[in-house]
Amino acid sequence: MSRQSNRTTESKKMNSELFTLTYGALVTQLCKDYENDEEVNKQLDKMGYNIGVRLIEDFLARSSVGRCHDFRETADVIAKVAFKMYLGITPSVTNWSPAGDEFSLILESNPLVDFVELPDNHSTLVYSNLLCGVLRGALEMVQMAVDIRFAQDTLRGDNVTEIRMKFIKRIEENLPAGDE
Amino acid sequence: MADDALFEFLHMEMVAHVYKQQASRAETEQERTTSVSILEGMGFRVGQGLIERITKDTPGFKDDLDIMKFICKDFWINLFRKQIDNLRTNHQGTYVLQDNRFSLLTQFSNGKQYMEEAPKYLAFSCGLVRGALCNLGLDSVVTAEVSTMPSCKFQVVIQKA
Repeated sequence: MSRQSNRTTESKKMNSELFTLTYGALVTQLCKDYENDEEVNKQLDKMGYNIGVRLIEDFLARSSVGRCHDFRETADVIAKVAFKMYLGITPSVTNWSPAGDEFSLILESNPLVDFVELPDNHSTLVYSNLLCGVLRGALEMVQMAVDIRFAQDTLRGDNVTEIRMKFIKRIEENLPAGDE
Repeated sequence: MADDALFEFLHMEMVAHVYKQQASRAETEQERTTSVSILEGMGFRVGQGLIERITKDTPGFKDDLDIMKFICKDFWINLFRKQIDNLRTNHQGTYVLQDNRFSLLTQFSNGKQYMEEAPKYLAFSCGLVRGALCNLGLDSVVTAEVSTMPSCKFQVVIQKA
């Protein structure tokens, strides 16, 4: 019995390797398809956006979080619920701007970059840019326009990975014409 | 500890991207590398890496059938959280692995709808199997066929050296 449970936890851990390795294969393929890193970064962001707009539904269906009342709550939900659910890590929320509209997510470890090293000729590649797109797409579906970028990246020599998120505006819901 | 959903979404995006690139690729490259072969190639590399990790502590395999059983059980559980439902062989190097609820097809349809699209979503997984077998010492050709979703069959033909 104990052996079986050992395999379950192991298989859960290994399952993230499927995602990590697949992501690596994807980035490699993108680098082949496009000549420069900027294009690859853009593509990763776009693909992340497409994933994010769908992922939010999966997230809302599986977690029982209600509507967030302010950006701080949003930040907490992203860090403590969403990241935990999908990537098994809990980043910390820090560096709030005085206006309360900008914060940082600090990831001690980034599962996407297990086994990854950036070669010298790809120094401007933002390897984990998919994450930015995912967050942007997901938040747009809950009526928030947010600017997201990587401030620090362990692949480029920093100690931690830092994602900076800035609230831009609330997106007005457009009701179709003719609806009450 | 990434979630299954993440991999499924990523896979969907990958397929969409590779097929979008198909148009521009056909103009620039001499040889026709099809989208399917690109996806299969990606799966191959991932399969190679994964099998190394999964079999790190596993003792050696007795024979080909033992390897195929491992693929059907441990490997599949690792990837898709379930085993292969049915393994058949002609004992001459051909194996058919049947998965009655293939996780990458469950969101597609429950029957014949979208049948033409299904092969795109199986290419990567065929590569996974081929890559895994390659690093276990078996050269193979892996194809997939779908008659009714979400069930599908992977056919593995071991190539004799």
